Amino acid sequence: MAHFEKAHSLEEWLDQRLAIKTLRRVLAEEYWIPKNINFLWAMGMVLAVTFGILVVSGIFLLCYYQPNVNLAFDSVNYTIMQEVEFGWLWRHVHAVAASVVFLIIYIHMFTGIYYGSYKKGRELIWISGMLLFVSFSAEAFSGYMLPWGQMSYWAGMVITNLFSLGSLELNGLVEWIRGDYVPGQAFLNRFFMLHVFLMPLIIMALIGLHFGTLRIPHVNNQDGEEIDFEEEAKKYLSGKKKEAKVIRFQPDFLSKDMFVVAVFLIFFFYLVFWHYDFAMDPINFDPADGLKTPTHIYPEWYFLWSYEILRPFPKDPGLIAFGFAQVIFFLLPFLDRSPNVAPASRRGKFAVWFWVLLVDMIVLTVMGKLPPMGIYSTIGLLAASLFIILWIALPFITKNEKAV
Amino acid sequence: MADNGRRDFMGKVFGGWAALGGLGALYAAKKSWDPLPSVKAAGFTKVDLSAAEPNVLNIEKWRGKPIFILKKTPEIVAKQTKEESARDVVVGKDHFLVCIGLCTHLGCIPAYRPDKHDFKCACHGGEFDVSGINTLPPPPSPMVIPPFKIEGTTLILGEEGPEYKKMKEAGVIA
Repeated sequence: MAHFEKAHSLEEWLDQRLAIKTLRRVLAEEYWIPKNINFLWAMGMVLAVTFGILVVSGIFLLCYYQPNVNLAFDSVNYTIMQEVEFGWLWRHVHAVAASVVFLIIYIHMFTGIYYGSYKKGRELIWISGMLLFVSFSAEAFSGYMLPWGQMSYWAGMVITNLFSLGSLELNGLVEWIRGDYVPGQAFLNRFFMLHVFLMPLIIMALIGLHFGTLRIPHVNNQDGEEIDFEEEAKKYLSGKKKEAKVIRFQPDFLSKDMFVVAVFLIFFFYLVFWHYDFAMDPINFDPADGLKTPTHIYPEWYFLWSYEILRPFPKDPGLIAFGFAQVIFFLLPFLDRSPNVAPASRRGKFAVWFWVLLVDMIVLTVMGKLPPMGIYSTIGLLAASLFIILWIALPFITKNEKAV
Repeated sequence: MADNGRRDFMGKVFGGWAALGGLGALYAAKKSWDPLPSVKAAGFTKVDLSAAEPNVLNIEKWRGKPIFILKKTPEIVAKQTKEESARDVVVGKDHFLVCIGLCTHLGCIPAYRPDKHDFKCACHGGEFDVSGINTLPPPPSPMVIPPFKIEGTTLILGEEGPEYKKMKEAGVIA
């Protein structure tokens, strides 16, 4: 039996048994953040808070939702929206957060790309972040099935059909994924399971990993400067706070982080109360009908760019391009051949590459929403081709980059 | 290090049994996601063709999928190529198009245009002729002809009759 002294406070009692003071010191008070950062460094906390909002609102929706093809639509659009007090609030919070979380993820990603926060020890931060992006995509897609409206059904049909892998015609695999010849009860049930249990579990584990990958390399800064964190921490702890290039995560950095979160939440609740409709497709207010395809099938805005890479090509090349778009971001740390960790603005051709990629993805997003006709098809084809060319060109344009 | 030798051995034995159990669990997991017997059994649909109007598309449901049944007018039949006629289901003197009404690109339902005698898919702009053959990409192949059997003027979907087998032998059904 280990020796325990009598504790004089609850904190001390817990500290004896859980070492909470050591934990707090290691995880928060002596976890160092560079001073040379801006509001874009708060996006991680904004994402964590948004994920929390999704979990809480999801729990309330789960109290009334029915994962049954005959009941699902009414359990959302009648029970939750009209009978349950404040049911509308949970639904609108959940829908808006699911949409806005992708906006923040994209800002978070492009911040990382702009400042080169994926190299020289930060590769795993990038890769675990991309795994989170893929998991959030699966979570969003499986959640989109649950109201069992027309868009749920037909998006489910189209996306599961992708698994037949074009000319390979793996229809058995598609039927296995659905548990039926078309999306039906088995399909709704298993996507419900994925949405409320398996994917959230995976996401929580990945968030833990993502934080873990930050610990040793620390977060990047606005100049990509290599900081001796131990040295700077010593300065800070010895009282030379002005001289030190770092601050504590808690409470210094977190107080600023939470300020950005607060500004974000004003924007978020403005959307929830006055503009929730942007996250609700009107077509999904018609119940699922397997015998009637909606005139246009398009995904939510955050999938439009990759959808538009699939669409303008013939079937097999389209699938290959789509697969390429899904995995290529993972390889960014290895395709960028330059050792420079610096903002794109100081990296010559890379700056051009960055802005062209960003604009190209916005163009793809806009084209993905428009019907595939005439000039739109042509622009879509050009933008999709440009996306692929950009990624193939990346190693060549970064290879001979001058040291910054 | 005799002790470690015994630990290694125990580890390997445990690992071996665990791998075996894991394989069994994977097999069970795969099988439990297969379509249920009740889903598979609800697989036959009977359609009476005698009531069909020419140039009016009928959509029946078979295994949750829409089945296009279109009675062709004599004018359409007269204009058809050999390739198109090979896909016709002939009952008495009447020629029918019978196919799964899903675009072979990504599974949307194309719409019939009675004035043009063709099908247009709204999702990605694909087109099919009156025999369900793809004429404008992205769909890479004709709409699929489901297994069928003719009994008098009744069409049974889900069963392979002699007419279906003949089409299969002729290579009309891939």
